[in-house]
Amino acid sequence: MSPRRNSGEKPAASDVTPADEAVVETEPTTASDAPTDYPDELPVEGIGHKVKPGDLVLDVDDLHVDFYVEGEWVPAAIELTYQVKAGEVLAIVGESGSGKTQSSMAMLGLLPRNGRHYGSAKLNGTELVGMSQRALSKVRGPQVGVIFQEPMTAMNPVYTVGFQIVETLRQHTDLNPTDAKARAIELLTMVEIPEPERRFDSYPHQLSGGQRQRAMIAQALACDPALLFADEPTTALDVTVQAEILELIRDLKHRIHAGIVLITHDMGVVADMADRILVMKDGRQVEEGLTAEIFANPKHEYTKALLSAVPHLGASLKDKVDNRIPETADKVLEAKGLVIEYPKNGSTPAFRAVHGIDLEIRKGEMVALVGESGSGKTTVGRCAVGLLPVHEGSLTVNGKDMHGISHRDLADLRKSFSIVFQDPGSSLNPRWPIGQSVGEPLVLAGWKKDKVTARVNELLDQVEIPRMYRNRYPHELSGGQRQRIGIARALALEPKLLIADEPTSALDVSVQARVLEIFTDLQAEHGFGCLFVSHDLAVVEQLSDRIAVMRNGEIVEQGTTRQIISNPQHEYTQKLIAAVPVPDPAEQARRREAAGV
Amino acid sequence: MTDSNNTATAPVVDDTEGLSIGKIVWGRFIRHKAAMVSAVVLAITVVIVFTSIGVAGIPGWWKWGPNDRADIVNPKGAPTMGFQDGSFQIGDHPFGQDEIGRDIFARVMQGAQVSVLVMVIMGVVATALGVAIGAYAGYYRGWLDNALMRMTEVVIAIPTLVVTAVVGRMLSDKSIVFGPISITTKDPWVFGLVLGLLLWPGLARLVRAEYLSLREREFVDAAKVAGAEDRSIMFRHILPNAMGVIIVNATLLMAAATILEAALSFLGFGIQAPNVSLGKLISEYSTSFQVRPWLFWWPGLFIITFALTINLIGDGLRDAFDPRQKRIPKAREFAKRAATKKESEVGS
Repeated sequence: MSPRRNSGEKPAASDVTPADEAVVETEPTTASDAPTDYPDELPVEGIGHKVKPGDLVLDVDDLHVDFYVEGEWVPAAIELTYQVKAGEVLAIVGESGSGKTQSSMAMLGLLPRNGRHYGSAKLNGTELVGMSQRALSKVRGPQVGVIFQEPMTAMNPVYTVGFQIVETLRQHTDLNPTDAKARAIELLTMVEIPEPERRFDSYPHQLSGGQRQRAMIAQALACDPALLFADEPTTALDVTVQAEILELIRDLKHRIHAGIVLITHDMGVVADMADRILVMKDGRQVEEGLTAEIFANPKHEYTKALLSAVPHLGASLKDKVDNRIPETADKVLEAKGLVIEYPKNGSTPAFRAVHGIDLEIRKGEMVALVGESGSGKTTVGRCAVGLLPVHEGSLTVNGKDMHGISHRDLADLRKSFSIVFQDPGSSLNPRWPIGQSVGEPLVLAGWKKDKVTARVNELLDQVEIPRMYRNRYPHELSGGQRQRIGIARALALEPKLLIADEPTSALDVSVQARVLEIFTDLQAEHGFGCLFVSHDLAVVEQLSDRIAVMRNGEIVEQGTTRQIISNPQHEYTQKLIAAVPVPDPAEQARRREAAGV
Repeated sequence: MTDSNNTATAPVVDDTEGLSIGKIVWGRFIRHKAAMVSAVVLAITVVIVFTSIGVAGIPGWWKWGPNDRADIVNPKGAPTMGFQDGSFQIGDHPFGQDEIGRDIFARVMQGAQVSVLVMVIMGVVATALGVAIGAYAGYYRGWLDNALMRMTEVVIAIPTLVVTAVVGRMLSDKSIVFGPISITTKDPWVFGLVLGLLLWPGLARLVRAEYLSLREREFVDAAKVAGAEDRSIMFRHILPNAMGVIIVNATLLMAAATILEAALSFLGFGIQAPNVSLGKLISEYSTSFQVRPWLFWWPGLFIITFALTINLIGDGLRDAFDPRQKRIPKAREFAKRAATKKESEVGS
């Protein structure tokens, strides 16, 4: 720890002196149009490596963020006031659109062009609001690090991970390339990436999702910042990987003396991570307090709603009816020894994603297929709707064998099943008004125009989207609304089998609860058989009759929901269940102890 | 953008008519100021160009034909349009006359007719070919892609100038007879066709690249599961997403064609006498630039008008097709708003 801090400190001091005097002189001309009395440059002492635990790092006072939308200033954050101390984790919790991300980005000068902010945000006593971009670029990196939600898009895909960390280091310090590389490898080791020397030369796409996120954390920590913004750092990750990353951040909290601002929508994630919690709704902070207090005694209605939206593992077991669907019911899907391969493509050899699985879904039954990314669960779903061919074994869907099915038979069969995709943002045609997307299966099935219009209205009613939205484009809707449109489209032709491929994983927890509710109601009403693909056991527990757990292309355990959740047999199932975050700090800490991490 | 916000403003039940993409795009296009002004300017110009001296044997309203000779009114045939005796006069020869007394207005109209014809034919042919070939290559990949792209490379390798020159010369005075229709190869539309057949590869390449990435998107899978045929996926689902690239390139191509036609005609390879085009007019009068500059002004002005308006219309169409396109306020307007908002808040 100490050599690293020294190496960060020394260059920082020498870095500031010569270059920054020049900056100060040129600054008034560039900043003259900004009405500000704020200093454009940080004092040398302000560099964040000297903070001690308990020092006030960030002091936000009456911060406002507005966006200029269609001729109006729309507030995104109002009267935000909070403090972060070194060595402390403050969680800012709220839905998408509550302003939690934009208020943090505003302090760093990363607002989009139509945004503005005013008020006060002091980093180690230096005012950030109104600071010139040039001075801010010396704050971002050495003083404030940011961990973004999606490391795949936040890292540049054409440079190696090591290069990107070295670049950050050399931008802000005067380390020579050899030292910078050594420091980068040290950082990669610190974030527990296996084989850091080799990973240094890997490109982002060559790393797994969890490793990418670790690399990004390493980059954010490169210059020993005094403050770390973690913007939904685990939302894009699998449950088990999420648990590991959270563990890493919790661990880092003690090893670096930075204040950490954790931005998230998931109360389960913050349960035993955060020291204090700030709840935001529609741009305002509605509640703030110590984590234990908030969880034990939430005051604001919204906080209560957020807490109850987190699926509790085991909570819905008591209402479960075992054998709701009689054994004798028709099978809408039956797989026997199903093998699926991705064919050879150029120099890439054929890849066997699914190694002979047995699975059946009866009419009206909800079967969940659970596993991590890369386990082959999505592959099974895509094969069931004919997007991938059956390689070996048999797969019978609605009484037709999918192995080597002819083009015409498949076209016919497609009227009897459909799929809800994971990301409604990409599965709805961005250039099509949503009404047209919903009506597409009907048009292709040869329905007349007025009947299509009537049916589209009916479907929109069922998923509770106002009919007037039918001429809107997908990007004009929120994530939850988009996914409801995806469900409406899938139900257009009253399918007997519905494949739901992680339909809620891209959504906020509170929105997810709403979508799942609609989904369950529709299932009860229409009685379709459903294969619900998901990585989240707590979600599938709420709605499935049976659960199959998948790992590396094989089903490791399969049984009724009650069996799997309350009495998991396979080690992997147990691990999955242990990784599900619980919105209760004490319980979470206890489970972490029990898991031995 | 939150659920609660949107649903709160929405009336409970209404029967909004489902609009097609075309109607929505049109609605957005007519709100694009620059594009609408350009469209009006282009439309007026085209109407004047075609009605003034008439087209296809129908007489126009202008008193001179392109090849009529008249007495030279002003010294050296200078334009009669301008301020005389304190008032604005159009006169007999508003654009002036050339050295043998032909009316420049009539000749520019004739040239513009030919140039518009070449531009439109070339644009339609090149765009249709480029989009179709690019779409099939990008969507099907594999051997079809290979075959089409190698063919594209062959066409790219052919120098446009040389081919149009050779073809122009070779066919300049032959006639092809299809039954009752007799085509003279020096008709300007043949020239447009040749240009179109040469200029599609760039567009095909770009469309292919778009299709290669768009075909991997999930909405394509969604369309497949809904039962859409390949052709429906290519042209109903993917094409609207590739519209930006196609429109920008097609309009650039058409603007470039106007200029290429002018260049070729200037070199004597393009439009052959007795036809005139804007480029040919410039070429014909190239020797008298010092003495009679108006012989250049007017054809040049029309070339610029066509190239500019088409590009601006393309820009508007592109924006209209892109649902995410939003008007970003200008910095000044922005600062003003920011100031007023702050003041009002301080006041309250």
